Amino acid sequence: MSDIKKIKDEFLLKLKKNLDLNQINQIKTDLFGKTGLISSQFKQLGKLEEEERKKFASDLNSVKNELQNSITTKINYIETSEINQKLEKEKIDITLPERPFNKGKIHPVSQVIDEISSIFSEIGFSVEEGPDVENEYNNFTALNTPDNHPARDMHDTFYLDDKKELLLRTHTSPVQIRTMLKDKPPFKIIAPGRTYRSDSDQTHAPMFHQVEGLHIDKDINMGHLKGCLNYFIKEFFEVDKIKMRFRPSHFPFTEPSAEVDIGYEIKDGKIVIGQGDKWLEILGCGMVHPNVLKNLKIDTKKYQGYAFGIGIDRLAMLKYGINDLRAFFDCDYRWLNHFGFDPLDVPSNYRGLSR
Amino acid sequence: MKITTSWLKDHLDTKLKENQIIDKLTNIGLEVESVENQSNELDSFLIAKILKTEKHPDADRLRICDVDIGTKESVRVVCGAPNAKEGLLTIYAPPGAVIPKNQMKIVVSKIRGIISCGMLCSESELNLSDESDGITKLSNSKYNTKVGESYFPKNISKVIDISITPNRADCLGVRGIARDLAAAGSGNLKKLIKEKLIQKNKQKINIKITKEKNQGCTIFGSCLVTDVKNTESPKWLKEKIISLGQKPISAIVDITNYVMFDLNRPLHAYDANKIDKGIIIRNSKKGEIFKALDNKVYKLESDMCVISDNSGVLGLGGIIGGTRSGTELETKDVLIEAAYFNPRSIRKTSKILNIDTDAKFRFERGIDPLSIEQGLQRAAELIKKICGGEVSKFNIKKIENIKNRIVKFEILSFKKITGFNIDQKKMIKILSNLGFEIKKDKKILILKVPSWRPDIEQEIDIIEELVRIHGYDQIKIIEPEKSRKKPTLNKKQRLFHFLQRSIATKGFLETITWSFTDSKINQLFLEDNKEINIVNPISSDLNVLRNSIFSNLIIYLSKNLDRGFKDISFFEIGPIFLGSQPGQQETVVCGLRAGKISRSNWLEKDRLVDVFDVKQDVIQSLVEAGFNQAKIHIDDKTPSYYHPGKSGRVFLDKDKEKVVAFFGEIHPNILKKIDIKTESLAGFEIFLDNIKQTKKSLNDQKNQYKYSDYQKSERDFAFVLNKDFQVQKLIKIISNIDQDLIKAVKVFDVYEGDNIPKGKKSVALNITIQSSEKTLKDEDLDRINQLIISTVEEKTGAKIRS
Repeated sequence: MSDIKKIKDEFLLKLKKNLDLNQINQIKTDLFGKTGLISSQFKQLGKLEEEERKKFASDLNSVKNELQNSITTKINYIETSEINQKLEKEKIDITLPERPFNKGKIHPVSQVIDEISSIFSEIGFSVEEGPDVENEYNNFTALNTPDNHPARDMHDTFYLDDKKELLLRTHTSPVQIRTMLKDKPPFKIIAPGRTYRSDSDQTHAPMFHQVEGLHIDKDINMGHLKGCLNYFIKEFFEVDKIKMRFRPSHFPFTEPSAEVDIGYEIKDGKIVIGQGDKWLEILGCGMVHPNVLKNLKIDTKKYQGYAFGIGIDRLAMLKYGINDLRAFFDCDYRWLNHFGFDPLDVPSNYRGLSR
Repeated sequence: MKITTSWLKDHLDTKLKENQIIDKLTNIGLEVESVENQSNELDSFLIAKILKTEKHPDADRLRICDVDIGTKESVRVVCGAPNAKEGLLTIYAPPGAVIPKNQMKIVVSKIRGIISCGMLCSESELNLSDESDGITKLSNSKYNTKVGESYFPKNISKVIDISITPNRADCLGVRGIARDLAAAGSGNLKKLIKEKLIQKNKQKINIKITKEKNQGCTIFGSCLVTDVKNTESPKWLKEKIISLGQKPISAIVDITNYVMFDLNRPLHAYDANKIDKGIIIRNSKKGEIFKALDNKVYKLESDMCVISDNSGVLGLGGIIGGTRSGTELETKDVLIEAAYFNPRSIRKTSKILNIDTDAKFRFERGIDPLSIEQGLQRAAELIKKICGGEVSKFNIKKIENIKNRIVKFEILSFKKITGFNIDQKKMIKILSNLGFEIKKDKKILILKVPSWRPDIEQEIDIIEELVRIHGYDQIKIIEPEKSRKKPTLNKKQRLFHFLQRSIATKGFLETITWSFTDSKINQLFLEDNKEINIVNPISSDLNVLRNSIFSNLIIYLSKNLDRGFKDISFFEIGPIFLGSQPGQQETVVCGLRAGKISRSNWLEKDRLVDVFDVKQDVIQSLVEAGFNQAKIHIDDKTPSYYHPGKSGRVFLDKDKEKVVAFFGEIHPNILKKIDIKTESLAGFEIFLDNIKQTKKSLNDQKNQYKYSDYQKSERDFAFVLNKDFQVQKLIKIISNIDQDLIKAVKVFDVYEGDNIPKGKKSVALNITIQSSEKTLKDEDLDRINQLIISTVEEKTGAKIRS
């Protein structure tokens, strides 16, 4: 008995020293190898009396377990510290830059078109399109702007032929005509797109964007028009309240016609929409002129409704604080990066229009 | 149209203040564009005080005065007046001021060697009195505290600039605006007072309107005033003319202009003695020439309405007069014309000759045909008053009778359009104030439209008048209904938005460029298409519609390179044009990548952008949009602006029905021609209109969800094939060997050079084999491996590399 206690104490002491794996293996062999100290003790079991054997076996087993545990612990310890040492050596400067990536951007005009579509989608408008090249009839005559009408002077038109029959559309209103020619009422559409006027200075570009709106049904009146635009402007500028003013105006294709102003003020050099006592014109609208409906063979006794046209670039400038219209089309890498939107930011009603 | 409130008050009795009038104008559709203070040439005359005087060293009678004009430093003025003494308060004219009496402009000058800055004025020089002895003496008590202020009281009436919409011809005169304001409850329209004129004689000059097709003049009124003394206009008239930003010329010209702005009645004045016999109003003959009052010579086309005499054209009716018969200060006898010209005829003529005048602007919008007598009356009154003379009777020739239009207005229709109601009495009041004559017939108003309102033709015009005058703020908001009966976007529009954002997620910045471009650059991308010219381009480098988006992208790429950017990826989605008819356009997504990938990065080795970058952009985007990658087919036929060896054409399947995209490196010649310095340039075009979409939803297009848990095995093969044998075809052959077992074919190496015969290439493939029914045994795998080798060798002439 005293022998095994001695062995135990001696080896537990040894195991407390700094050892490497080889030395531990040596200890393992010394104890549990074929001729190891513990192994040879087991061999002696047979020589003992039953009574004594029982006790000795029990003691021996417990010593064996204790030593084995101790060895396992030691091995674990050594292995862990070896891994730790290795990892310590592998440490790098984690502040070094990641692999390069390019961030794409969506143009503010495209983003705003998506915002507008999302808002009008909620109240049942669908999106229509029309060609950029139009004929004189769709762009003017059908819209109650016959040849020799002074209102034509308000549109500096790009022509594609000398007879002035083919032109670049000066507004998105011809999409109204195309839609009403193609289908039967009721109509409830918006038509965003490119428009052109031969006009170029700081505040005018030869190409710009408009969104047309048209709602024709039974009993659609100016109250609906006001409600629709009031809803749109509130949603678009993401404000609870909007100061809006309908002002009489004239467009050949609507009557009564209105221009719509919104209230704003300048706070800390930034434009704030919805409050203040300054007015800003943002769109034109009105009840579709009976002459237009008659041109399209729509029964004016049964159907009536409203139309509007909004400058998209202007809206984008107001909402996102862009000063220069010309910059929209200048393709300056810095500008596109600054004012562009992340492509994953798709405007929607549940996620919100903008972040 | 410019007005002042003081002029407005000639016609409107109102208690409203100027700012209230301005608000009201905008609210009834007469939009006030700007309100400006009148600049008065007398504003610059200042109250001044002489601080110190000393004798001029070289002139006995001159004094050098230091004058306080309210500024920090006093000014030095040389003055000859005996009363110029220290402490005197007087009136100072700075350099630039014009002395009212002699119209002399003050300049800084040296008077006997001493610089004099401005002048001290006498009362006579300022037209204040005849007192010319010495400079003005202002009372100490009244003016001592006002040194530096303007001496003459400022004209407080501001100039209000109103934007008149093209339908409102009647508001191109002050009276018309006053009438609208009165109807809107802002005061009462004053009655026009007709002064008694003594008209003994007939108008002696013969007037004839020829009867011919398209005669542009239907009424010609005239009045002869003899023995006049044309002169400078009196102050009140001059001020009115100046307030509109016009220049006073002579009493007779100013009077005709005044009547035009006041009553919207354009007139013309002829020197009667310069008219050769009578006046004939007729259509012009092609080639007739006349010199107009703008000092330009116009060559006329046929069928323009001209006022002529025996010697030829005197003027273009309703547009511009001629120099030959113009009035001058010496003019003795004046013929006043007040006529009605057809708006279409006016517009046509002025467009052809490119003339814009105040008269033309009014006639083309439609002048009150019944205002002729009124205009002659007013002009004759004023000429008589200012220039004296004998006024003839009015001669009014017409070839057409004017009838007022009748419009029926159903009272209920007002609410139908506007959504609210106004009291019938109120309706009648508004309309009668606007000049309508009203008869009521049950629920209908029968309205006689005033002759000055050519824009009122039908019921809707009446509704507009009522709601406009009553106030748009009365329209009630009806909240929109939140329901949707049709999808917002159709399939093609959804694809547009999808691809737009899909390309952007690959690191591209979206641009929007003009739909037009520079023909010189467009030529490079034209191929077999027709160039579409713009007849009136905004500039010569934006003179054609673009046949490809590349032209603009490359122009702007170059600008960004100049800004110092080297690695650029941007794109545009928009139209290209194939013809000048509506609809001859296609929607294209076009992208460009220039420069390097991973430039100056510590981790990755940099490399030039190449064709496989843009191929990835196209294929990945199509796959993301829901198209089957395995079916996509590529060949190498591309337009000439791509690198012939490094570009491809994309089809959605092997039937090659429609090209959905091109991709490739841009031809080096293009870079050379445009002189662009970039290390590399590759691009793509995706043609949205060529992408055939099924009606099936993406969900319905998918196969049933199946997967295999049996072990898969990967094998590598290397084949040596002819160099021009396309790998796409090789993959197809292998995939078709056993579509159930061969799950994937990847190319992991392509090699030419040592150990490979000339004209050959080695293609190394990694093939995944997996059954969905069982675990494949070694012999199964060996069998399929053998099959792959033998099939490839047989069908492609390749040899397996051992």
